[in-house]
Amino acid sequence: MKIRIHGGRIIDPANGIDQQLDIFIADDNIIAVADKLDGFDADQEIDAHDRWVIPGLVDLSARLREPGQEHKATIHSETRAAAAAGITTLCCPPDTQPIIDTPAVAELIQNRAEQAGFANVLPLAALTQGLQGEQLSEMAALKQAGCPAVANVGPLANTQVQRLAMEYAQTHKLTVFIQPLDHWLGRHGCAHEGKVSTRLGLPGIPVAAETAAVARDLALIELIGVKAHFTRLSTLRAVRMVARAQFDGLPVTADVCAHQLHLTEMDICDYDSHCHVLPPLRTQRDQEGLRDGVKQNVIQAICSDHQPHEADAKLAPFCSTQPGISALETLLPLSLRLHEENKLPLSETIRRLTSGPAQILGIDAGTLSIGRQADICIIDPEHIWQLNEDNIRSQGKNTPFLGWEFKARVTHTLHRGKLVYTLD
Amino acid sequence: MNLQVDENGRLRHFLSIDGLNRDILTDILDTAESFAGVTEQSIKKVPLLRGKTIVNLFFEPSTRTRTTFELAAKRLSADVLNINVNASATTKGETLLDTLRNLEAMHTDMFVVRHNDSGAAHFIAAHSQPHISVINAGDGRHAHPTQAMLDMFTIRRHKPDFKELSVAIVGDILHSRVARSQILALNALGAGEIRVVAPRTLIPAEIDSLGVQVHHHLASGIRDADVIIMLRLQNERMQGALLPSAHEYFQLYGLTEERLQVAKTDAIIMHPGPINRGVEMDSQVADGARSVILQQVSYGIAVRMAVMTMAMSNAQQAGDQPS
Repeated sequence: MKIRIHGGRIIDPANGIDQQLDIFIADDNIIAVADKLDGFDADQEIDAHDRWVIPGLVDLSARLREPGQEHKATIHSETRAAAAAGITTLCCPPDTQPIIDTPAVAELIQNRAEQAGFANVLPLAALTQGLQGEQLSEMAALKQAGCPAVANVGPLANTQVQRLAMEYAQTHKLTVFIQPLDHWLGRHGCAHEGKVSTRLGLPGIPVAAETAAVARDLALIELIGVKAHFTRLSTLRAVRMVARAQFDGLPVTADVCAHQLHLTEMDICDYDSHCHVLPPLRTQRDQEGLRDGVKQNVIQAICSDHQPHEADAKLAPFCSTQPGISALETLLPLSLRLHEENKLPLSETIRRLTSGPAQILGIDAGTLSIGRQADICIIDPEHIWQLNEDNIRSQGKNTPFLGWEFKARVTHTLHRGKLVYTLD
Repeated sequence: MNLQVDENGRLRHFLSIDGLNRDILTDILDTAESFAGVTEQSIKKVPLLRGKTIVNLFFEPSTRTRTTFELAAKRLSADVLNINVNASATTKGETLLDTLRNLEAMHTDMFVVRHNDSGAAHFIAAHSQPHISVINAGDGRHAHPTQAMLDMFTIRRHKPDFKELSVAIVGDILHSRVARSQILALNALGAGEIRVVAPRTLIPAEIDSLGVQVHHHLASGIRDADVIIMLRLQNERMQGALLPSAHEYFQLYGLTEERLQVAKTDAIIMHPGPINRGVEMDSQVADGARSVILQQVSYGIAVRMAVMTMAMSNAQQAGDQPS
């Protein structure tokens, strides 16, 4: 199968390309990005005039709910939604049921994704067995089975275990994903500790719950020299700490979820359970700090932190609801809104969604380089649309962004040289 | 959008003091004043809510609050159903909603709800049929608006001019829905000065944003105060490392006649009950001339009658309208 995408504005930050060119695809791969390619006889032409053509997005954190919680979503339903959102690579955190701490589970997830055929799914391996924070997982075997990194979910209380897990991960050249949260501070909290939590009587999660964990783990990273990635930062102070560590030469990267760049604690308003997320929505100042972090490249990736839920999971008093947003389909729109609102250059915005996260994972994705697998997203930058329950493809309709109007929409997504999504 | 008032600014539900203006609060107090007369007569019933069904839906144990709500409903001639739900059996949201749907199916007109989750009353109001009114009888740490209003009623009977008042609230502010509602009500009614008095461990973050001054010492906190409200201290606070011991708490924050010297001579002492004698205050103060604690309990019935009547009549109109 040979495809030519012609006439589009190619934006490929990793290769420094931003110009009108054609892309030539044969079988799974990109074989040329050029004005023309002699002797190329396309089976399929995709007209991309007035469109942006960018690498398929790489999402560092998306719950697909399979195995274990198929009533919420499945790998098929969520990778299909990812395709509609221009995402062609997703990392699945290890808290599936069973947990990703054996090669069998890692392989099962990849096989299911393979069968669905919409996107690559990379399982993140549990740092410790059963995510219990006690025994190390079989990291070498998990790496062999396709896990690009190891991760905790929730706090790992025992600092000695954290140290040893980092040392063992480094032995096997695995990046450690850290979701920074202190084991004790704000343990039963469900909202940022501050004005809003005080007014609404919600147990709070202080900023220090994040910064204490970042500080501890930075000390360990300095000791060990392991490559580490702080995922889903929510506070200005943590961004500053990570910036300082990067300045000092520590091998540290970071990401933020797209919703943290657009919502604050004020959005909880009268207990809107769609705004119940972990880490919690914080203050305006934190939001500005995160936006600056993205701009300054302290934060190299924007992720969705996709967490689809069935309707019932959000139908309860705020703290009793399950945290998380169904977020695949707002990742690109919210990031592009940041480009418009915050003067983040377009190529940098796209970098945070493509080659930025790919480099953190050390994988061959997020670029339009010749010879690479053809994972491509085509966007109509002038298409104005509104998010509503009917156009969300994810099985989870839980999002506080219902009714928001966005500019720019994915019109085509190619995965491994095949069209996996076309806008009706 | 405020769930608890209709488009004409009238009370539909009573969920929180937050968002209610001085007019509505004054209206509640005035209506309660008219019912206070009823409760003092020998025949204590009025037929205002005859034929209405009120469900006391309590997910947390309570004797005092539930009883006064029950009495208030009966004096308004409503039919009352008390349902105590073991909170541990309903940790899932579906169950709460299911409970609600079942009770709605019995043609309920009003829910009086107590729940250990902040926002539970809002949740129930948002998911009930339009003709149903919801009264919050305490949700988590968030609000206990009828308690706050009966406290305002008690204060007004003794000290009618709120703007002259200096009010001190002493104790576990962090976990207290009563304190939050009192602070909002006092501010809405224009109280001159509100202070909260407790160690740092019992003061919630950025409490000053609610318009209060924070004091950590009892002497400065109650100096020249007109009203002193003591909060109940739960025993489990000692286990949570919030306080070293009940003994030390009483040494520092317990109200005694001697410590009361710094307050105004005509200061009134309040407590939402039940009192831990020897922890929040000694018996001499609790039973003393300046204590209005028992008045609070009896005024509670009139205030709850007022809120029930007001919310029910406005909700009924909303339910009657086609849209």
